[in-house]
Amino acid sequence: MSTKSYREAIKDAIAQEMRLDDTVVVIGEDQRGGHGGHQPEVEALGGVLGVTKGLWTEFGSERVIDTPITESAIIGMAAGAAATGLRPVAELMFMDFFGVAFDGIYNQAAKFRYMFGGKAKAPLVVRGMVGAGFSAAGQHSQSPYHIFASVPGLKVVCPSTPYDAKGLLIASIRDDDPVMFCENKILYDMKGEVPDEPYTIPLGVANYTREGEDVTIIALGSLVHQANAAADRLAKDGITCDVIDPRTISPLDETAILESVAATGRVVIVDESAARCGFAHDVAALIASKGFDYLRAPIELVLPPHTPVPFSPALEKLWLPDAAKIEAAARKLMGA
Amino acid sequence: MVMQLDKDQLLQAYRKMSEIRAFEERLHEENATGDIPGFIHLYTGEEAIAVGVCQNLLPTDYIGSTHRGHGHSIAKGCDIHGMMAEVFGKDAGVCRGKGGSMHIADLSKGMLGANGIVGGAPSLAIGAALTAKTLKNGGVAVSFTGDGGSNQGLVFEAMNMATVLQLPVIFIFENNGYGEGTGFDYAVGGRDITKRSSGFGMPSIRVDGTDFFAVYEAVSEAVDRARTGGGPTSIECMAYRWHGHFEGDPGLYRAKGEVAGLRKNHDPLKIFRDKVRDQIKASELDKIDAEVTAQVDDAVKQARAAAYPPAENLLADVYVSY
Repeated sequence: MSTKSYREAIKDAIAQEMRLDDTVVVIGEDQRGGHGGHQPEVEALGGVLGVTKGLWTEFGSERVIDTPITESAIIGMAAGAAATGLRPVAELMFMDFFGVAFDGIYNQAAKFRYMFGGKAKAPLVVRGMVGAGFSAAGQHSQSPYHIFASVPGLKVVCPSTPYDAKGLLIASIRDDDPVMFCENKILYDMKGEVPDEPYTIPLGVANYTREGEDVTIIALGSLVHQANAAADRLAKDGITCDVIDPRTISPLDETAILESVAATGRVVIVDESAARCGFAHDVAALIASKGFDYLRAPIELVLPPHTPVPFSPALEKLWLPDAAKIEAAARKLMGA
Repeated sequence: MVMQLDKDQLLQAYRKMSEIRAFEERLHEENATGDIPGFIHLYTGEEAIAVGVCQNLLPTDYIGSTHRGHGHSIAKGCDIHGMMAEVFGKDAGVCRGKGGSMHIADLSKGMLGANGIVGGAPSLAIGAALTAKTLKNGGVAVSFTGDGGSNQGLVFEAMNMATVLQLPVIFIFENNGYGEGTGFDYAVGGRDITKRSSGFGMPSIRVDGTDFFAVYEAVSEAVDRARTGGGPTSIECMAYRWHGHFEGDPGLYRAKGEVAGLRKNHDPLKIFRDKVRDQIKASELDKIDAEVTAQVDDAVKQARAAAYPPAENLLADVYVSY
């Protein structure tokens, strides 16, 4: 066990899997960096934010594959490689860029197995950053995991801690289905205890980060920590909360959510993916259809407005759900 | 060129072209009965391309195909009975009735799938080529794309990536004169696909796609280059599509008598027969045609009699595990 950042935990997972399995390769822009520049043998970047720094030095250009800025071909190539014997870990850099690269996932990798009658698999991980709060504006701040989760054939993972990031990423690399691995950029420097040896966290198993009796709060990624902060404040006033981090959206741990709702009868769902047709609406529909009798009050949704993510910190703060908004929603449910 | 192939290889090439012809012409008739679900796109007139390419490949090499994929599938060794059952939507189909004509695939034969997305194959093929390069197994990958697909941005990205990474891949552009119902002359700026691919830094040539031997020779050189680490090649094969974009397309964009002229003057099977006249008796090729016709008859008979997929298959095989 050692203290590692979320960023280090991710690199740790990839490096350990690359050591164990020669078919695991990393593909993406600037995964080494510096090709064609004036320092030919230097690992210049290791991904644009340095998450994979060190992998090229250990594994070389045959397994850490620097590509041009060509997201569409990165994902298409990774899909073709996955279907033919590799386990690519492809980096999309910012998940926002799926807009230029989705065919390889949406129409190809996600559908191979079903359309080909169960005779194909595409063990592919697409890593990318999600999340607002970085003043990265409208094209580098989004969290489109709800779109990925709507596609049958894809799995969608959103780790909220260094421990979860490593265990879920190793599980994703070993998984035989295509996985969209959504790293929250706000969390890269978050530190936590991470086992040194490889371990997996199964996809589809939620984590309770707080346990209580009055309200169930459901959140993903960096918002798990906002939910925890809200729960801690509420506890001081005697309102105790379950905080559930589903960790993966597809598959979704429906049982954990419904069990908690059965006990509390009150639900706050907090999310930054979308104000319409998003993760929160999917979970709300689950609770309304399978847990309606448990509810003692309407489901509260804490969501951004239906706008692009604004640039200015003043506006972005208003846009993003936070602990205060979550706390207010929980108090409303308690009639206090 | 004819001499480089022994008689068995020539007979095998002719048999594959004959199989494609018989399969497609029979589907044209079967589709008219209304018993085939969905869309089908026929390959008749382009047989020499699929066969000229795939006769150069090993079973372990991969191809990625187009929406007009029956010919590529047959040339790469997919089972004709399984393909016919698939087109009819039956459980005995090569994809268990869950893909249909536009998604025929058999990875065990190196067939990465027909593809409903125009320009879908090149990026998948560079992936298969990356696998071959990484595992150092000497494999090559081939993508088939039409003249219409040559306008898709992802095709350009795939060609650039192939050059940058020096991947063992061959980009085949089947220029059949039309992208859906729009002419190549209108839709392909510059009217020369080889200039596009040569711009990405790879050897690029244009060949007569109705001549099996022209295609075979060009691909042979490209495969040698790819297998020995020489990187990608692009080959534009000029040919003709005898049928509509899809079955049911009235073909209002055609000149009067255009199709009759193609059948008379640009028939890849006739051209092949003429070229091998000195080595192979016409009666031997007639015998192949007769055998193939019987094979396709039987495939249709079995496909029609086969069961549709059971209801439980609706939910099967979305994931390996979930």
